[in-house]
Amino acid sequence: MTLTITGLRVAIRDTQILSGIELALHKGQVHGLAGESGSGKTMTGFAVLGLLPHGARASGRIELAGRDLLGLPDKELNRVRGNDIAMVFQDPSTSLHPMLTVGRQLTEHMRPHLGLGKAEARERALELLTKVRIPNPAEAYRRYPHQFSGGMRQRIAVAVALACDPQVLIADEPTTALDVTVQAGILRLLRGLCDELGLAVLLITHDLGVMSAIADEVSVLRDGLVVESGARKSVLRTPTHPYTRSLLEDLP
Amino acid sequence: MTSTQNRVRRRNGPLPTFHVRGPILGFLARRPLLRFLARRILVAILLAWGITLVTFVLTNLVPGDPVAANLGQRAVGDPVAVAQWRAEHGLDKSLPQQYLLFLEGLLHGDLGTSQQSHRPVSEDLAEFVPATLELAGAAILVSLVLGVAFGLIAALRRDRLADHVLRMLSLIGVSVPTFWLALLAFYVFFYRLQLTPGSGRVDPAIGAPPPVTGLHTVDAALAGRWDIFTSALGHLIVPALVLSLYTIGLLTRFTRSAVLEVLGQDYVRAGRAKGLSGRVILFRYVLRSALVPIITVAGLAFGSLLSGTVLVEAIFAWQGVGQYAYKSATALDLPAIMGVGLVVSGVYLAINLLVDVLYGVIDPRVRLR
Ligand SMILES: Nc1ncnc2c1ncn2[C@@H]1O[C@H](COP(=O)(O)OP(=O)(O)O)[C@@H](O)[C@H]1O
Ligand SMILES: [Mg+2]
Repeated sequence: MTLTITGLRVAIRDTQILSGIELALHKGQVHGLAGESGSGKTMTGFAVLGLLPHGARASGRIELAGRDLLGLPDKELNRVRGNDIAMVFQDPSTSLHPMLTVGRQLTEHMRPHLGLGKAEARERALELLTKVRIPNPAEAYRRYPHQFSGGMRQRIAVAVALACDPQVLIADEPTTALDVTVQAGILRLLRGLCDELGLAVLLITHDLGVMSAIADEVSVLRDGLVVESGARKSVLRTPTHPYTRSLLEDLP
Repeated sequence: MTSTQNRVRRRNGPLPTFHVRGPILGFLARRPLLRFLARRILVAILLAWGITLVTFVLTNLVPGDPVAANLGQRAVGDPVAVAQWRAEHGLDKSLPQQYLLFLEGLLHGDLGTSQQSHRPVSEDLAEFVPATLELAGAAILVSLVLGVAFGLIAALRRDRLADHVLRMLSLIGVSVPTFWLALLAFYVFFYRLQLTPGSGRVDPAIGAPPPVTGLHTVDAALAGRWDIFTSALGHLIVPALVLSLYTIGLLTRFTRSAVLEVLGQDYVRAGRAKGLSGRVILFRYVLRSALVPIITVAGLAFGSLLSGTVLVEAIFAWQGVGQYAYKSATALDLPAIMGVGLVVSGVYLAINLLVDVLYGVIDPRVRLR
């Protein structure tokens, strides 16, 4: 078991947003987190990395290798962020810094996390770009995000997330902002990386179709609570919760 | 030059794409930043030429007879003296000819002779421009440092005490009229508290430093004359602060809102998700993006700061371009007015060029297609 979330509750001011989330991520497996917009999927991801908005209070337990992340002071949490747990965001046109080169964004966290020098970091960055299938990595390294297409940008964002060899990858709707034509490519890439690197992936999506394509396990979130969880086949074929059934019926 | 480049090229083999464009264009094509700079500078040169034209035309449209303004009562009645004076100043030629003469002189640094001081205008300007540059430069420096720092602090301490205090101060800064502030500061610091020396640029008993740049503080430091430096700085501080208060207020407000806007961006959260330190996030991620709107406002604010110098110079008896411009204008001293006009528009042009270039340096989306 790589990452375990138990009884996670989050409130922002007087609004309860998550009310006792239970989730377990495993090495080499993609865990799909489904649920309609506003159900708390993104906040679950943010809670794991300590990125909740100002004024949010979180309780419960988020355990990684025997440590509770919720109790960690900021300095130690910074050693987990990007290093043990990394995140890919929804829209790569806003989640990459527009004024920093791809190379800079790939390497800047390698120094604090891995202690790599400039040349080593560059070499590793080029390998990562190859791994996510960016053509001509040496050229891409010098370029800026706006010089790439949306799909390529998301591949770069995945490479940035993988830069420090994390155990856990949280992908928050990684295909929602992309052209339909490139969505499958990104999903296949994530699946491949999960198998190859033994990542534990939390794949957040509101699209059960995406889920059924690559997830091993599926959890369904509703109003800040996991209403159904289990192996993909059983959840999608024989859902027990009426909410899951209604979600499945909405599929084309 | 070209032959060396060809030699280099032969040694390194041909550069197929760039070869046909010739050495300069090929060189620029491989360096987007330089190409961007070259284009901006070219535009600036065109604008500078436009400014000479506009200055010339405007000055010649001014109602009022320079002859009457510059020749004595008796001479105006004497047609021979008037004709001679007009010929001397090129006023008997056609306007286009006068413009060409003016341009030709300009290229040699000749702006004509001031009808007031009876010195070359260029000499007058060389004396007064550095004084204003010192005053305005100090004000700009102070406003940039304090305005950006205050705005940053206010944004990072949003809705806390520091934020409220700084927002209040910036509101005062942008609301208080400069002339009133100048009078108040003069009264309080000089007359009442006697904390600072009153008027002028330096204590006359000590004297000005040997001129190098014309900026008294810099020249004094260069000469190692710290007594002069202290006196010059003492004279500079209050007028510079008075002049900068408005820009400090403006920059504080805009920096605050720019930083808050950037703090809410996805890429800042992504940077935190990578485990970057707070310092890296603040300077590399936040401030860099926020600089674009800050620079825009700063460029505009410095324009208004320059017009403020006329008042502040008058109140603090600062012998600068503002005072010179005022005297020349009231005396209809055409060469002097043209000279001042050119210098002031040149400064505006330089500020705009700097703002444009900074955009390109900071934001790759501006310099790369
Ligand atoms: N900064 C915030 N302040 C208050 N409420 C918020 C904030 N961000 C999100 N929420 C609320 O939290 C709930 C869950 O949001 P989110 O996790 O983004 O949903 P989704 O499942 O679509 O990702 C929503 O009801 C949303 O309105
Ligand atoms: Mg979401």
